[in-house]
Amino acid sequence: MKMKLATMAVAGLMVAGPVMADLVFPSLSYRTGPYAAGGIPFADGYADYFTLLNERDGGIGGEKLQVPECETAYNTEKGVECYESLKGTGGLVYQPLSTGITYQLIPKVTADDIPMLTSGLGRTSAKNGKVFSHVFNFPANYWDGASVAVKHMLDEEGGDLKGKKISLVYHNSAYGKEPIRTLQELSKKHGFELTEVPVDHPGQEQKSQWLQIRRDKPDYVIMYGWGVMNQVAIQEAANIRFPMDKFIGIWWSGSENDVLPAGAAADGYKALTFHNVGSDYPLYDDLKTHVYDAGKSAGAGDQSGTVLYNRGMYAAMLVSEAAKTAQEIHGVSAITPGQMRDGMEALNITEAKMAALGLPNFGPEFQVSCDNHGGNGFAAMTQWDATAKEWKLISDFVQSDQDIIQPLIDEDSTAYATENSIEPTCK
Amino acid sequence: MPEQLAFTIEVFLNGLMAGVLYALVALGFVLIYKASGIFNYAQGVMALFAAMTLVGIQNGQVPFSHLINAIFGTDVHSFGWSVHSGLAIVFTVFVMIALAWMVQKFVFRHLVGQEPIILFMATIGLAYFLEGVADLMWGSEIKSLNVCAAEGACLPQGINMWIDETTFTAFGYGFFIDNLDIVASIVAAILVIGLVAFAQYTKQGRAMRAVADDHQAALSVGVSLNFIWVLVWSLAGFVALVAGIMWGAKSGVQFSLSLIALKALPVLMLGGFTSIPGAIVGGLIIGVGEKLFEFLIGAPFLGGATENWFAYMLALLFLVFRPQGLFGEKIIERV
Repeated sequence: MKMKLATMAVAGLMVAGPVMADLVFPSLSYRTGPYAAGGIPFADGYADYFTLLNERDGGIGGEKLQVPECETAYNTEKGVECYESLKGTGGLVYQPLSTGITYQLIPKVTADDIPMLTSGLGRTSAKNGKVFSHVFNFPANYWDGASVAVKHMLDEEGGDLKGKKISLVYHNSAYGKEPIRTLQELSKKHGFELTEVPVDHPGQEQKSQWLQIRRDKPDYVIMYGWGVMNQVAIQEAANIRFPMDKFIGIWWSGSENDVLPAGAAADGYKALTFHNVGSDYPLYDDLKTHVYDAGKSAGAGDQSGTVLYNRGMYAAMLVSEAAKTAQEIHGVSAITPGQMRDGMEALNITEAKMAALGLPNFGPEFQVSCDNHGGNGFAAMTQWDATAKEWKLISDFVQSDQDIIQPLIDEDSTAYATENSIEPTCK
Repeated sequence: MPEQLAFTIEVFLNGLMAGVLYALVALGFVLIYKASGIFNYAQGVMALFAAMTLVGIQNGQVPFSHLINAIFGTDVHSFGWSVHSGLAIVFTVFVMIALAWMVQKFVFRHLVGQEPIILFMATIGLAYFLEGVADLMWGSEIKSLNVCAAEGACLPQGINMWIDETTFTAFGYGFFIDNLDIVASIVAAILVIGLVAFAQYTKQGRAMRAVADDHQAALSVGVSLNFIWVLVWSLAGFVALVAGIMWGAKSGVQFSLSLIALKALPVLMLGGFTSIPGAIVGGLIIGVGEKLFEFLIGAPFLGGATENWFAYMLALLFLVFRPQGLFGEKIIERV
């Protein structure tokens, strides 16, 4: 009996834990709690892409892929616990999908020699790879988003924002506060008046904020929100009849979840993005054949083609390409997290590569280096069509104002290096 | 009228409206606490569960479809019909009554006579359990909530044009009042009148009050404690449904809806845990207080986003001078 139990326990462990030779891409997901609606599509897209690689290509470089999930519920403490518990699986790269968790993991991943990718989130100055050796935030960051939003306004206003009023409605957290400094610098440069309007978590009640906006009559509103804050803000904007085409959300305020509850009132709302939208790509044909039709979809399998599903899939594609790069650099297929870091630092995303992967015109080109862990800061504008119930890309990918952003990144990363006694260097 | 005064009046009115919405959530807490002494941590989740059930029934969604599909390999998600809002509300009320019965039968019946902290912990467990059941039953995606009496006669949203135009003509500044808030205020008024009338003039209501005053004395004269508790949890479920509809119409029905309970706590602290009118008055004071503070002090001098902490600070201030809340019953324990 004891023998039987021991055998069952060993068998259970073999099934539950990833095979050590596999390449492991842990997923710090959140499928429960108040932010689940955003976490689920991202986690599904992330998992489905790896399933596709396993089913279609037999993994990466002949190595099968494992994607163990750990539920963080968008809670920073749980996120750190997840990181610690999954560390033993040999995870090659972590993607927390939470700025709070990212901040906690920065010193940990550096000490553990494990890379972390925080596309479009986290600590913006992590773009400086000389200070943040294990943190990557390509292809764009929060400050890029703020700058591209202002560039869009400049385009609409004939290149002149002097005397214009812009309100920033933001989640009153480390995440929401990220663009303030950039927008302050941009307001000095372009002569617009910036008003900051914070919204406390979770953002279910925003009457004061939108009454203020109604009184101030800004020309544009930029939103850095997440979760229920987005839906309520869009509804409140519609309530005060603020023109939707002058209301621009960051990419975390631009999914179907954010606009559908407001119905027709959300028509024309704009949001930034660092990747394209929809499912009209050859890769989706492969996903259908090898994942969806094979019954291997992650979750309920109902998120395909949504903005956040695409983002999760794109994130998985980026780290897969980094893993391939790492295999090429080190000449081994079973790479370690440290080797994965090298692959991420040498990642080169070209249009030819994206097209070959079945994602033509899906995202910007960029080359990662030790100096630049964040890509080139390209983002585009999307707009919600409430009738068709779909997001449409309405601009090209535009580069952010590097003259403003790069000095800010240098300043912030240098301050971090000083605080933490880090000697900026390339590994 | 000076512009600043007009703005202040507008903020005041919107504070009143917001207060009504807070009071709607607080009412559920009061009902259960008054009758059983249980602080129901699950009230916010009950609002979420009720709203999800309503939308699920309206849309003809198959409950537990993900689970069914996973076990049986099927691909069912919808019955293929949609249910009229009125009928869906009736079905949802039945679901909430069934939930009340189950909560009583499987949880609280076994905890009669336990310390209040034990009962409170049980409601914490109930909250997480119910959240999980709601997820399993209806899924976690955000759902649009449209409650309509007839085609084109749905819950209104957006600025009330009549108030806007009238105040503009009178004061030179059009006040913003959300149509949904006006509806919520009317519904809350009807709900409070109904609940008070029920408690005062019906046999069950009087039995409910008797249990609230002294459940052992009520038992001795033949009042069924089980029935009363099921009744009270059912009423709290109905109030949760109303709150879920009003809040869900603003943000869509999603899991963060359960967090509206946080807005009710300062209302309860201020209005008292045992008074239905107290919940309303408390809600109004909190709503107006936090909105005026944000407008006059928070936004101009403190960087804004003061409402969450100010509501609690205001409630604490009241607690210092009147621990039982404005309308709560003073607890005197003689040794």
